[in-house]
Amino acid sequence: MSAEAGSAVEIVAVSKAYRRGATVVPVLSDISLSIRDGEFLALMGPSGSGKSTLLNLIAGIDRVDSGNITIGGVDITSLSETGLAAWRASAVGFIFQFYNLIPVLTAFENVELPLLLTRLSRKARREHAALALRIVHLSDRTDHYPSQLSGGEQQRVAIARAVVTDPAILVADEPTGDLDRVSAEEVLSLMDRLNRESGKTIIMVTHDPRAAAKAHIIRRLEKGILDDVSPQTGP
Amino acid sequence: MALPLSYSIRNLWTRKLTTLLTASGMALVVFVFAAILMLALGLQKTLVETGSYDNVVAIRKASSTEVQSAIDRRQAAIVETEPEAAIGADGKPLLAKEMLVLVTLPRRGSSKRSNVPVRGIGPGSLALRPQVRLVQGRLPSTGSLEVIAGKNVAERFAGAGLGETLHFGMYDWTIVGIFDAGNTAFSSEVWGDSEQLMQAFRRPVFSSVIFKLRDPSKFDAVRQRLEGDPRLTLDVERETRYYLKQSEMMAKFLRVLGISLTIIFSLGATIGAMITMYASVATRTGEIGTLRALGFRRGSILAAFLFEALFLGLAGGVAGMLLASFMQFFTISTMNFQTFSELAFTFVLSPGIAASGLSFSLLMGLAGGVLPALRAARMGIVDALRTVSEV
Amino acid sequence: MFLLKLVLKNAFRHKLRAWLTILSVTIAILAFGLLRTVIDAWYVGAEESSPNRLITRNAVSMTFSLPLAYREKIARTPGVTQVCPASWFGGVYVDEKNFFPNFAVEPRSYFALYPEYVFSPEQQETFFRDRKGFAAGRKLTERFGWKIGDTVTLKGTIFPGNWEFVLRAVYHGRDENVDERIFFFHWDYLNESLKQSAPSRADQVGAYVVGIDRPEIAADVALAVDNTFKNSLAETLTETEKAFALSFVSMTEAIVTVIRLVSLAVIVIIAAVAANTMSMTARERIGEFAVLKTLGFGGRRIAALILGESLVVALSGGLFGILFTFPAAAVFRSLLGNYFPVFQLSVRTLCLDGAAAFIVGAAAAIIPIWRTTSIKIAEALRRIG
Repeated sequence: MSAEAGSAVEIVAVSKAYRRGATVVPVLSDISLSIRDGEFLALMGPSGSGKSTLLNLIAGIDRVDSGNITIGGVDITSLSETGLAAWRASAVGFIFQFYNLIPVLTAFENVELPLLLTRLSRKARREHAALALRIVHLSDRTDHYPSQLSGGEQQRVAIARAVVTDPAILVADEPTGDLDRVSAEEVLSLMDRLNRESGKTIIMVTHDPRAAAKAHIIRRLEKGILDDVSPQTGP
Repeated sequence: MALPLSYSIRNLWTRKLTTLLTASGMALVVFVFAAILMLALGLQKTLVETGSYDNVVAIRKASSTEVQSAIDRRQAAIVETEPEAAIGADGKPLLAKEMLVLVTLPRRGSSKRSNVPVRGIGPGSLALRPQVRLVQGRLPSTGSLEVIAGKNVAERFAGAGLGETLHFGMYDWTIVGIFDAGNTAFSSEVWGDSEQLMQAFRRPVFSSVIFKLRDPSKFDAVRQRLEGDPRLTLDVERETRYYLKQSEMMAKFLRVLGISLTIIFSLGATIGAMITMYASVATRTGEIGTLRALGFRRGSILAAFLFEALFLGLAGGVAGMLLASFMQFFTISTMNFQTFSELAFTFVLSPGIAASGLSFSLLMGLAGGVLPALRAARMGIVDALRTVSEV
Repeated sequence: MFLLKLVLKNAFRHKLRAWLTILSVTIAILAFGLLRTVIDAWYVGAEESSPNRLITRNAVSMTFSLPLAYREKIARTPGVTQVCPASWFGGVYVDEKNFFPNFAVEPRSYFALYPEYVFSPEQQETFFRDRKGFAAGRKLTERFGWKIGDTVTLKGTIFPGNWEFVLRAVYHGRDENVDERIFFFHWDYLNESLKQSAPSRADQVGAYVVGIDRPEIAADVALAVDNTFKNSLAETLTETEKAFALSFVSMTEAIVTVIRLVSLAVIVIIAAVAANTMSMTARERIGEFAVLKTLGFGGRRIAALILGESLVVALSGGLFGILFTFPAAAVFRSLLGNYFPVFQLSVRTLCLDGAAAFIVGAAAAIIPIWRTTSIKIAEALRRIG
């Protein structure tokens, strides 16, 4: 759960390679990165640069070959698979390019889904979900199924799902990649607000310069190597 | 920590046609399975209930049925003096000497014929069979060419209805009454006066002697005495066991045939379930990755898909058993292999058969779903999220 | 041919799904073939009957006999070549579970009427000469391990007592549908014993097998025979051997009908599931077919591709189904051998198996073909993205 320094991210000497048959393709080489608590970071770079891979490692859905990742004081690289699953449930919020909502669940049920992994009572779960949907301004569409919502609305449901457990970090992979300009803007303002008003640490991979503009810091990955820090001028 | 059951059920509902087809396959397999077992049970029940536990049947040694048996008057008279026979209200022993022959009669509305048992009864016969009730007409008068027909015979055979005439043994026999013996073999028989029938067929021998035991527990002693009597060459059996034995060959045939066919069909249905579940997993690869990313464990994913498959099996099983239970309205009339005589019986559903059918269906669902569910559970998160993998 | 290669590669693109579908079809075809064989087995008696043989029996039922004196009268009926008395003996060998049919017949005339039971001439002659001898089918002797010269005892159920016989001849069937588990002995032997032990039952025959010189006169001869004995003590019913065999089948018709109906439904469903799967696969690839269309493949070519893929799967399933039917039939034969003396897979069944597999494949292709040809390219391409 989030705490003061509890959402700082420390990445130390991380390397990751993929095996394709006999060949080994290195994707990340000895990456180190510090993200402060409450920071909004954009990761950019050409295709195949490894930015999604880095994101996956931070989010705990993939494992490093070498190095450490510590988030909020927890060394996630030393957790077992079960431990990682439990950590993800409480500490990470996901936002995907294609929303990845469960089609057979309503918007409300999709948002409630991560809470099933907690010990909250049914009543408490419903309250939290309702609150999350209010934050993303979708309280009137809660009984709709994803197929009945527009792309922008679906992404907002996804954001509600991502914040409903009050996670330490929010991880977003091309969140505006499939949206039109208006919806993209809505989603980005939402993320910005979450970062400024609730202090959520956000790590976002993106191609979209407009999205990157919302971030505090932009880092570029090229061929598995991070560039130097380049802070944004102004929020 | 588990995914809600409604998740699995709703997923079945989104692919309606496929779910329906797969569940129908399993339903029909359960239906065949249950129907055949119900038929075998119905056959045995009909025959067993034909007999009473307190009654004893004596036939000639080494014959297995009354049709093959022949007991001459002398031997029959000796059995008549049996002290252990119960005494009726009229002071006479509850005992009857009967003769049984098969007569080929044409079925109604068809030129095909079947072997109908014609039983020559004695004055004590009706008292020995409390399950037999005269529902129309009257009993035959002694010394006449009158007979009464069992309900099934009257319905199915030409000339066997009330007031109609049957021709056999060179005589015409008038049906003066219809009797109902419930779901027992007697309902498929024609009864007449034994003396008349013996004369008409020129068979001056009885087929069996039947009597009620005064003390049902004394059966073994009675049997030993009668079978050991040097003047007699008889086999003695409780009436229930006598009839049960007549069902064994055919019941076994039905069960073997039914179960062999069902096993083959069930393989087909299980493969169908497997295909359906694999397709289900394949379509939802991204979803599985998302759920794992959210923190749901492999076990929850496994359980969700297993439950989906089990529910498919359950739906199929319930539908199949429901269909099978309707079979109880049907009566089958066919020749019993062992006795060569026509017998009508129904499908009988027992709790055991219902439980077997449902378990069988759940098993099919499980067998079909386990491999796909394992595949779903074993997926790597990143791969699942990235690709739309195909089966 | 390129298209053929494309068809094969596509059909097995998703190996697991393809093999599962093939397996589905295999099972449906296997079940179909087995069921037809079970029903054939039921009717085999009728199939094996000869149009030159009639059966004369007591009109009341099989449980009544005919006088021996009838033999000569029947023999004098115009058109009749041979008359053979035969009685169902119903003897039991050791245990009722060992059931096999056993008959008392007049051997010379019987085997003249039944050339399909093939003997070696010496054995046959020995059997004819030994009144206590018996002749048995090859399958029967193999089952119990009887050798020529062995003594076998049957326990009589209709004719009480222990009856001893000596194996003198073994026959094999002229073709594979002939029942090789029958036990034949001399009717004279039975009759002479009865004259001693139960004279009132002697000189009685269960039925007569009547040979006629041409099949066309069957109905006339039957009528003539029955008229001869009308209004006598034992009226007769004469019919062709086929009608006689069918009358037994018709008595158990209800069961045959039940088996037929119920099984047809199951097979249709299993086939439908397989068809639906193949259909699903094709439907998933509509976008891909649209791409082929843009490349210039005509609607007919695409239809041929889709049909080809379906057929590859369905016909493979059919082939495996046919192959597995042989061992499955063997298992059935051993389980139900007591009830079905002959359990043979017929050529007709195999052909129908193939046809059924073809139909399943064709049916599976219909909807996807219709969809692909009617959909507009642009819309289909949009579906891929």
